Amino acid sequence: MKIVCLVKEVPDSEAKITVENGKIKETGVKFIVNPYDEYGIEEALKIKEAGGEHQVFILTFGTERAKKVMESAMALGADEGFLVADGSAPDCDSHTTAKVLAAALNKIGFDMIFCGKQAIDDDSSQVGVRVAEMLSLGHASVVNKFELTDGKVKVERQIQGGQEVIEMPVPCVITCQKGLNDPRYPSLKNIMAVKKKPRTVFTLDDIGLSADDVGVNGSFVEVTKFEPPLEKAPGRVIEGEPEDTAKELIRSLREEAKVI
Amino acid sequence: MVDFNLNDEHNMLRDAIRDFAENEIAPIAEQLDEKEEFSLELVAKMSDMNLFGLTIPEEYGGSGMDYLAYIIAVEELARVDGSTAATVAAGNSLGLGPVYYFGNEEQKKEWLPKLCSGKVLGSFGLTEANAGSDAGGTLTVAVQDGDDWIINGSKIFITNGSSEITGFAITQAITGKRDDGKKEYTCFLIPHGTPGFTTKTMHGKMMWRSSNTAELYFEDCRVPNSSILGKRGDGFKQMLSTLDKGRLSIAAMGLGGAQGAYELALKYSQERVQFGKKICKFQANAFKLADMATEIEAARWLLYRACWLHDNDLPFQKEAAMSKLYCSEVMSRVVNHAVQIHGGYGLMREYNIERFYRDQKLLEIGEGTSEVQKIVISRYIGC
Ligand SMILES: Cc1cc2nc3c(=O)[nH]c(=O)nc-3n(C[C@H](O)[C@H](O)[C@H](O)COP(=O)(O)OP(=O)(O)OC[C@H]3O[C@@H](n4cnc5c(N)ncnc54)[C@H](O)[C@@H]3O)c2cc1C
Repeated sequence: MKIVCLVKEVPDSEAKITVENGKIKETGVKFIVNPYDEYGIEEALKIKEAGGEHQVFILTFGTERAKKVMESAMALGADEGFLVADGSAPDCDSHTTAKVLAAALNKIGFDMIFCGKQAIDDDSSQVGVRVAEMLSLGHASVVNKFELTDGKVKVERQIQGGQEVIEMPVPCVITCQKGLNDPRYPSLKNIMAVKKKPRTVFTLDDIGLSADDVGVNGSFVEVTKFEPPLEKAPGRVIEGEPEDTAKELIRSLREEAKVI
Repeated sequence: MVDFNLNDEHNMLRDAIRDFAENEIAPIAEQLDEKEEFSLELVAKMSDMNLFGLTIPEEYGGSGMDYLAYIIAVEELARVDGSTAATVAAGNSLGLGPVYYFGNEEQKKEWLPKLCSGKVLGSFGLTEANAGSDAGGTLTVAVQDGDDWIINGSKIFITNGSSEITGFAITQAITGKRDDGKKEYTCFLIPHGTPGFTTKTMHGKMMWRSSNTAELYFEDCRVPNSSILGKRGDGFKQMLSTLDKGRLSIAAMGLGGAQGAYELALKYSQERVQFGKKICKFQANAFKLADMATEIEAARWLLYRACWLHDNDLPFQKEAAMSKLYCSEVMSRVVNHAVQIHGGYGLMREYNIERFYRDQKLLEIGEGTSEVQKIVISRYIGC
């Protein structure tokens, strides 16, 4: 089986994000493999290690810079890496991102597709399912248990008040939730092996798309501006006798915080 | 042009080990220290990441990385825990190193794959009760008896010397007199389980409490001629060369430990409020932190350059001794200020900085004291 893991480059959750002129400032920010995507890679590697003829591929859509993240994902033990590199990537909405990934998937071939349930930067949680729909594949999202037997996938996902069990044939798309498995750390041997493995960079042209299909042109959604969350002001302790403090509390809730 | 960029592998390795150390070591480090527990479970996890045999070629089961990669790995472990870094540094520099550099093909084939898998650790026994800085003062003797040698003597403070998975000790012994009348030293690779060879774990250490340290005893211990590491009479040279490289890994522990202690102090000073202000805003503390950051940066590039010299087959011995001296003394100053910044809390077990403060002291003593490094450096500069 060709098992393809979709991997997004995201800012490190510990990175200090600053906004300048409505755009996120990226200098000094470290970029990592989207943590939810690691569950997908782990599941793919487990399938491979259980035996049989399987290959694990990493597929990333991003700018040139995302090559590093694709390689980091490969360092977990994948066999091959693919990057669709285009400067428009940050301006693509979920629909367009899925369109690009689906075109690349058609180009490289697939028998099974894993991705994270969401990316930790834009939290849109749509790409995996959209890819499946575009490729007319079955899909299950937010999966926390996965089994593959005789070409059939059995997954579980948490729903209100219980677990939902879904069975479907491969190929299909699974979006992975925390708890699905315990992603490994890259071993040093696998780190050393990355540059010896095939790594392909596609242009849009390579996968049959053009500049009109992507970025602001190809997207339904346009991000007009980013704003940092308001900085939390330090708390204030109102001191004094209960009668006075209660009065002062009500006054400040009414006049300063304007919540009552 | 000078290029200070690390390569992609170095960066990936640093990220991977930092992640591992923060998630797998940090949560248990204090407990292991408190209980003086050498964790086989942790060794197994580190083996899965190939932390043993980093610089050994793949044909022997290693990862074939350069020395700088190894040093970054030790640095990142030491940033979180000194004992764990010690297990890895000794495993590589003192267990694997001598076998790879000096062992004959048979010894390499037998031991390197096991050592690289992390299933077996090797130890390196040079120090004796009466031969510390003066390693030539060894009293352990080996007497030839037909095709065998009979070894008598003892060693002290041997890292990884008595763990459940230690497979052998490399031991220096006097094997006679050279033509010039000086003592002849030879190293033997003595497997655990050889009759007459026993070990005893040393307890009650102030530092590296979860690293394994042992005394080794040889009483009429009979080993075959084939257990000589490399050639008879090469012992002293082998030991010196092992220590030259080992200094880089002790330096890495100083660098990583200093980095970890500095980060703890910085974070604490940004949270602790006195006189209505975060204490990092007081110039007395801010200047300490600025000094720490500066010295760490200097230490890092001194050490990395020493590794670069080694990796480019250039003479690196002087720079290795300088790195060992400087990095361990930088860490000494950093932990001192870092505890000061923590105030009373810095003296409590509950705060990690307390462990860093204790673990640091070994670095100015082990694998050649600071004074011995100065002797080495002064010889290189022509004193
Ligand atoms: C936790 C731990 C792990 C260790 N692991 C190992 C190991 O794996 N293998 C191994 O072989 N050894 C190991 N050692 C031993 C270590 O290398 C020695 O402790 C060290 O070399 C110093 O020797 P010593 O303790 O005998 O001190 P001494 O040599 O007695 O030195 C005492 C003091 O005198 C100073 N001094 C001595 N000679 C001179 C001189 N000529 N000029 C100026 N000052 C001098 C020293 O610098 C020191 O301050 C370990 C030690 C410890 C504590």
